[in-house]
Amino acid sequence: MLGKHILVIMAVACPSYAFAGAAERGEMVFKKCRSCHEVGTFAKAKVGPPLNDLIGRVAGSHANVKYSKAMVAAGKDGLVWTEEVLDQYLTRPRDIVPKTNMTFRGLKKPEDRADVIAYLKTFLSDEIIVSASNDPDVSPDILTIAGDPEYGEYLSGTCVTCHQVDGTDQGLPSITGWPQSSFVTVLHAYKTKHRENPVMQQFAGALSNDEIAALAAYFQSVP
Amino acid sequence: MKLNRRLFMGTTVAAAASLSAPMVLSASGKPRVVVVGGGAGGATAARYIAKGSKGAIDVTLIEPTRTYYTCFFSNLYIGGLRDFSSLGHTYGKLAADYGINVVHDWAIGVDRDAKTVMLAGGDKIPYDRLILSPGIDFVDGAVEGWDVSAQNKMPHAFKAGSQTQLLKAQIEAMPQGGTFAMVAPPNPFRCPPGPYERVSMIAHVLKQKNPTAKILIADPKPKFSKMALFQDGWAEHYEGMIDWVGPDFGGDLVSVNPDEMTLTIDGEVNKVDVCNVIPAMKAGRIAEIAGVTNDKGWAPVNAIDMSSKMDANIYVLGDSAQQGDMPKSGFSANSQAKVCANAVRGSLTGSKVFPAKFSNTCWSLIDTNDGVKVGATYQATDEKIAKIEGFVSKVGESAETRQTTYEESVGWYSGITADMFG
Repeated sequence: MLGKHILVIMAVACPSYAFAGAAERGEMVFKKCRSCHEVGTFAKAKVGPPLNDLIGRVAGSHANVKYSKAMVAAGKDGLVWTEEVLDQYLTRPRDIVPKTNMTFRGLKKPEDRADVIAYLKTFLSDEIIVSASNDPDVSPDILTIAGDPEYGEYLSGTCVTCHQVDGTDQGLPSITGWPQSSFVTVLHAYKTKHRENPVMQQFAGALSNDEIAALAAYFQSVP
Repeated sequence: MKLNRRLFMGTTVAAAASLSAPMVLSASGKPRVVVVGGGAGGATAARYIAKGSKGAIDVTLIEPTRTYYTCFFSNLYIGGLRDFSSLGHTYGKLAADYGINVVHDWAIGVDRDAKTVMLAGGDKIPYDRLILSPGIDFVDGAVEGWDVSAQNKMPHAFKAGSQTQLLKAQIEAMPQGGTFAMVAPPNPFRCPPGPYERVSMIAHVLKQKNPTAKILIADPKPKFSKMALFQDGWAEHYEGMIDWVGPDFGGDLVSVNPDEMTLTIDGEVNKVDVCNVIPAMKAGRIAEIAGVTNDKGWAPVNAIDMSSKMDANIYVLGDSAQQGDMPKSGFSANSQAKVCANAVRGSLTGSKVFPAKFSNTCWSLIDTNDGVKVGATYQATDEKIAKIEGFVSKVGESAETRQTTYEESVGWYSGITADMFG
């Protein structure tokens, strides 16, 4: 078991080393999953749950999915789809959740599991959105403004016309539970038109620095 | 904490009872809000008041239909890109999860002195604050030869539901090489890009099933929302199929004969196979009955909280409201509802009232994956809801940008309907 973990961790931490291009190969491996799982912009629940934002999700917790009792119980007992747990589960699902509905026998090769996990990681909204590396730095004065979450909740009315407050991603990214600094950085990137979407540019453009801080404080508090 | 009178009333029940100001407390001890209309304005307002007040306000939502079909995205159903059932939404969560008293009936009267709403079923529902969000009705005699009794021969399909299904069926039954005609409405009307997105979606269907068919639009307006984008898209996707007749060529001089299936434009009679008549619009009838509309047929409101200029205890949202610069869209109604809900809660329970902020975006689909959008932010001034800044998609954008815009609109549909219905 330990050896497998090390392989996964290497694949994740050093994509240019042992498993370069893992996500691309993972897309091929994922074909085995497609009859029951969708992933991507329009992913919906099929037999199994959609796999956007899977890493970090509590097992058996996606709305609109008819899970086995065993999977729901496992989630309540604290099973969370971390990369390590996924690697174990995908080896032989019924070793981890014996009465799961998932009839898939498992992926024997550690590199297949690493690849498919790397592929699924490309569908984390945090990865897509909070990869704020290209966004201009926001001055510490702005980053450290203490936002009023009550005002943020009111202002969030505009956001949740499109972005769902329960974190569901049905074509637009989840914006809940972000670190405040990421939220502030991204909104300022729209406000200053470094990010391109005109809907976001106009909305962020109408917000003051205090209002952006208020939204960041509120959305961070939303689970 | 600053103790102003509003806070004082909201937080001190016993003392409030001794004040001479009008009571905002019902027999149950809770202030009552009645919302008429369960669309983008009304459902959102009901949900935000119930959610925000955490049970401190009794909220009743009056909506005749048990399944509400959204007008927005109904063109995509006509175009075959969406199921009819995907447009339908019910009120179960608003009742079960938010404690809203959902009443499926027609509001037929408002007694502003007694502060009650009369229902077709005979009940009277008392209110402390009344929110009207009844959408649109049509101006009588707006299109010569057409009234609602002709809506099965010449559907409007501007209130979604069976009318939308009827129009789609008629288009699919058109003879090869036949003519679809639209009588477009004058300003202001619900969903400014709506008629033109509809033409696009019909052209999309005809191009596949009936490629020699023609589309004729008679329009009283010299220009319309996203005009350059639509005309560019029509030339690209549906070359030679669509004929738009503006007022320079008599698009404002129109009559129809539903029995003969003719559309006469400036004296010239056109035999048509389907005729979609979208008449001039006014506020939903209950706003007129309540006496909060003006001579133009719309309900003037104060921008700061959407309260009626005729009655401080009544608020009007969405298409019915005459508020200033915002287009009559589901997005606008949803945006206005949140400002209104915040103000109504504040006036009844003393909760904090934040400044009004409004926004809107209207997405339209020209062909599969060819989406465009227009949007703006707005602020409340003494005079009206005033536009701050806006944007519109550009002619000649890449296919990738257009597809992203379409995908964004699909996400928006999921988002706004979750925001309305819980």
